[in-house]
Amino acid sequence: MKNLNSIFAAYLIAWGIFFVYYVTVARRAAALREDLERLKNSLKNPPNSSPNRGQ
Amino acid sequence: MAKSALGAAVVVLLMAAAAYAAFFIAPTDTRQGEIYRIIFLHVPSAWTGLVAFFICFVANIAYVLRRAPQWDWLGVSAAEVGLAFTSVVLISGPIWAHPVWGIWWTWDARLTSTFVLWLLYVAYLMLRTLVEEPDRRALLSALFGIFAFIDVPLVFGSIRWWRTQHPQPVIMGEPGAGLDPTMLKVLLFSWLPMLALMTLLIMTRYRLEAMRSDLDLVRREAEAG
Repeated sequence: MKNLNSIFAAYLIAWGIFFVYYVTVARRAAALREDLERLKNSLKNPPNSSPNRGQ
Repeated sequence: MAKSALGAAVVVLLMAAAAYAAFFIAPTDTRQGEIYRIIFLHVPSAWTGLVAFFICFVANIAYVLRRAPQWDWLGVSAAEVGLAFTSVVLISGPIWAHPVWGIWWTWDARLTSTFVLWLLYVAYLMLRTLVEEPDRRALLSALFGIFAFIDVPLVFGSIRWWRTQHPQPVIMGEPGAGLDPTMLKVLLFSWLPMLALMTLLIMTRYRLEAMRSDLDLVRREAEAG
């Protein structure tokens, strides 16, 4: 089959673009989720609310 | 999370089925040979990109009218996803063109208008990185998005209104133009995984934008407190 390499290359590049984009978005979401949790926790337990404060 | 994994699995299965149909069910083209099979990737990607830009356009108009941040989130999500599909179009097109035309690229109306479309939505996303204030960023990018969409009818009409190097439309073209019925069925079936993938990507990207908004809100609360 002539030009089969070109067809495979086109399919691989296309799927690669979609896969990399999906993974990038998922990783950005995971990093944001982590930031959000950390910030929420720091609001619930602020560092200056420690019982030893001022001692 | 489980729903999104299930969605991704469905998309992968549909894409595998579409690739099988493109390689083993669609007949070989008598003039172009096997290389024509790229259209089962190229054309559905192009249609899907235009659908994503249309969703972006609707979201941009809705934002200008309602000023609800959810429309801005949908707009940016659809623009980014549309850009991914249009990138596939701009890469797969030259891979097909080189053995068929003997050149990778020519500045004809269809290719140029598609490249301009890609540049316009890159500019749309770059514009968003330049404005800090969320409401101003959303409004400016919505207005720019509405302007950028003007190129979509040009892309659609370019092969109908002008004589181009690009092949004539496979559907909604002149009488007598078009594809063999089996090829057409495979082409339409190949569009299904692309639409499913577009939906999955827009939903995933939308959730990211919603989360970013939550984070901004909590940050502002932390700064105020």
